[in-house]
Amino acid sequence: MSVEAPARPATPPPPPSGPSAGRRVGALLLRWWRRLTAMRTAIILLFLLALAAVPGSLLPQRSLSQNNVRQYFTDHPDLAPVLDDLYLFDVFSSPWFAAIYLLLFLSLIGCVLPRAAEHFRSLRTPPPPAPRNLLRLPDSGRLDSSLPPAAALDVVEEELRVRRFRVVRRETAGGPELSAEKGYLKETGNLLFHLSLLALLLGLAGGKMWGYEGSILVTEGQGFCNSFQQYDTYSSGPLVDSGDLSSMCVDLEQFRAEYEENLTASSFTADIRYGDPQGEERKTTIGVNEPLRIDGDRVYVTGHGFSPTFSVTLPDGTAFTDVATPFLPTDQRTLASEGALKLPDLGAGQDDQLAIEGFFAPTGLLQGGVLTSVDPRPLAPQVAIIAYQGYLGLDSGLPQSVYSLDRSQIERGRLTEVGAANLRVGESLDLPDGTQVTFTGYKEFAALQYSHDPGQLWVLAAAVALLGGLLGLLLLRRERVFARAGSAPDGSGTVLTIASLARGGGESGPRFTELSDELRAALTAAAPRTAPSDPEVPPRD
Amino acid sequence: MTDSSLAELSNTLFSVSVALYSAALVAYCAELAFGRRRRRAEELVGAETGQGGGVALADRPAAGTAAETPGANRWGVVALGVTVLGALTHAGVLLTRGLATDRLPWGNMYEFATAVVLVAVVAFVVFAVRSPNLRHIGVFMMAPVILSLVAIGLGLYTEAAPVVAALRSYWLAIHVTAAILGFGIFMVSGIASVLYLVRSRPGAEAGTGLVSRLPSPAALDRLAHRTAVFGFPIWTFAVIAGAIWAEAAWGRFWGWDPKETWSFVAWVVYAAYLHARTTAGWRGRPAAWVNVVGLAVMIFNLTFVNLVSTGLHSYAGVD
Ligand code: HEM
Repeated sequence: MSVEAPARPATPPPPPSGPSAGRRVGALLLRWWRRLTAMRTAIILLFLLALAAVPGSLLPQRSLSQNNVRQYFTDHPDLAPVLDDLYLFDVFSSPWFAAIYLLLFLSLIGCVLPRAAEHFRSLRTPPPPAPRNLLRLPDSGRLDSSLPPAAALDVVEEELRVRRFRVVRRETAGGPELSAEKGYLKETGNLLFHLSLLALLLGLAGGKMWGYEGSILVTEGQGFCNSFQQYDTYSSGPLVDSGDLSSMCVDLEQFRAEYEENLTASSFTADIRYGDPQGEERKTTIGVNEPLRIDGDRVYVTGHGFSPTFSVTLPDGTAFTDVATPFLPTDQRTLASEGALKLPDLGAGQDDQLAIEGFFAPTGLLQGGVLTSVDPRPLAPQVAIIAYQGYLGLDSGLPQSVYSLDRSQIERGRLTEVGAANLRVGESLDLPDGTQVTFTGYKEFAALQYSHDPGQLWVLAAAVALLGGLLGLLLLRRERVFARAGSAPDGSGTVLTIASLARGGGESGPRFTELSDELRAALTAAAPRTAPSDPEVPPRD
Repeated sequence: MTDSSLAELSNTLFSVSVALYSAALVAYCAELAFGRRRRRAEELVGAETGQGGGVALADRPAAGTAAETPGANRWGVVALGVTVLGALTHAGVLLTRGLATDRLPWGNMYEFATAVVLVAVVAFVVFAVRSPNLRHIGVFMMAPVILSLVAIGLGLYTEAAPVVAALRSYWLAIHVTAAILGFGIFMVSGIASVLYLVRSRPGAEAGTGLVSRLPSPAALDRLAHRTAVFGFPIWTFAVIAGAIWAEAAWGRFWGWDPKETWSFVAWVVYAAYLHARTTAGWRGRPAAWVNVVGLAVMIFNLTFVNLVSTGLHSYAGVD
């Protein structure tokens, strides 16, 4: 269907009887579509996708580590903003990465769908007639038989059917002939492979759109519920409505880390209680390689550490007992950790806020007054703490880390150091105003991650189908065999011309020789009175 | 035997393998040297009959083996035998490691790379036994094998030790085994393509040097393609299995971690090689180049990504 555009006198004279503008645009679009869907284009796009992924592995990525990106900005203050403008710190969510991905998607659709239709048609049409001159085909030859032509072809047909060929017989001017084909599954595998690639891309995209992920550190005895406000960090797809998060709460009862003699960690497990806050609560144990899976959501243990506990007693007798805060490991081998305890609200009549910043060693060793950790197991826990009083700046509107103090408050003198000490469990630090800070022990914390990816199973199914298609495509052979029977020149018996065409799956020559040997044997067996004769194989050139 | 003496035995076997492979290398050289005489004889025959098809002759299995001088043949069989011995001690390296640590012996980069080279040697032996003509690439197989092993021994060596918690999963057996098989087979494929590129250079036919005694370009190309066809589904499976494991171990099945990114790049390059080989205009040398790039990406993914960049795949265990 095409619509003639009205003639436009103002345009320069068109080439004689040139197509209308509408048709020209149509033709142009069609040409672009053909170019986009050519297999060559798909391969180039695929290459581009691979190439585009490379900077994502060489430069720090926000999706992997915000800290490394910040570090890169400090190390390369001039270069980093330029790279940032090119989305080089967010390669995998950049517009240009998406552009390649979408073009590849279109290209695959354009090339796979027509092929699928054609394959479907070819499954229901018989193999094509034999070419006129069979001996032109690279794998071809002659077989003699004393049987009459039709009977000789019957033998060939029977042999091919046993080998699972689809066979049709035709009567032509040149004599009776036969076309046979097998290996349709190779093309089916090819299509399955390429369609799975499409399905996989769709699944990935769906997961990105509707998926989310939140992380939180939970100390033993505490818990969290699945909501973005509670997570320390989270990321979510553009189509996630924060009201739609599945309602689920998780409490950490106990965390255990086990070690080999040489202090290699051998297992991490967390005993948790979980469930819908309205529903019943269940218990389970999760660990490395063993997440909790519930209705498309998963809960993982991604790390662990210690939360030292402190009791603070104010001069007026107000006491805060066993307050725990996670200290972040700075050395994974010894679990030496750093963190801060902030007490912004010390109760009525207390203007000053209190903070303790410090270093925790599960197995401490004091060398020249400096505390270090020598073992990840909590054999002799110690802390080195500095206490501050003053204003923490929590309500200043600027976000600050839960795990460290805001340096600028200290620099501005709003937060002043009031004491420091190395403490063992049970030991205390007395501050000048009479406040007592006691190191009462430790709990373990687990870094938990809550994940929701609705595309995940879809992607898995597509990947399995992709592999299946690939195996079919690479390992199967598509093969056609043609045979034509003619009377021998001396009138006694038949000359059979046979030829085969193969695609994929190794060398065709030896297989053809094998097939013709077997056909010859079958022909001989069907006509036992005649002596076998050699096939004349014409020279190939 | 105690664990530490088993670990020591493993180290000894490693050196023995390198020594055996070196001996095999010498024998392959001898085979080629004796083959030179054979070639002259062939050329004479060629000139007499006016066919001049020395290469084609060598390529035809029946003619090729018949024309082999007994000397060359003997050296070839010795070389192959010593290679097999080397592969056995090489397997012993991994076996004793596994016994010493009571786990699969591919938990760190040293063990992984050692296993990859073993797969490459075994794949080569299988091909060389099935078509003796391919034995002639023995020198060019053994040289990179020996170099890789020396580099692995010097650069990647790690004491036998238990693995971290994340690696204690049956997915280690599935994912890493597949990656080792795929990588080892790609190594043979890549070497065949390099040799193909050398052999199919214009003028290589005429030479009398080492190069002209390689199998024909067609045979090398076939070897490269068949190994790549074999390796590609295995590599695909390795990547899929890795993603399934990552879903359980790291909380997401794909996160563009450097290792994941480069595995994807390698996968794409091999897919492109398989396509290129069946696409007009890319057949022959351009396709072979793509295959060589594929091997380069695999090696980069093993070395640079493990040793230089930081990612979740830090099982490398090299200090
Ligand atoms: C325009 C889109 C595409 C078309 C028309 C197409 C077509 C084909 C065809 C015809 C084959 C069989 C080759 C042969 O004749 O033996 C094939 C094989 C293959 N395709 Fe594609 N392809 C396309 C895109 C892709 C993409 C994007 C990939 C991504 C990895 C891919 C991966 C493969 C692989 C690995 C093979 C096996 C190669 C072989 O049999 O030698 N293809 N494809």
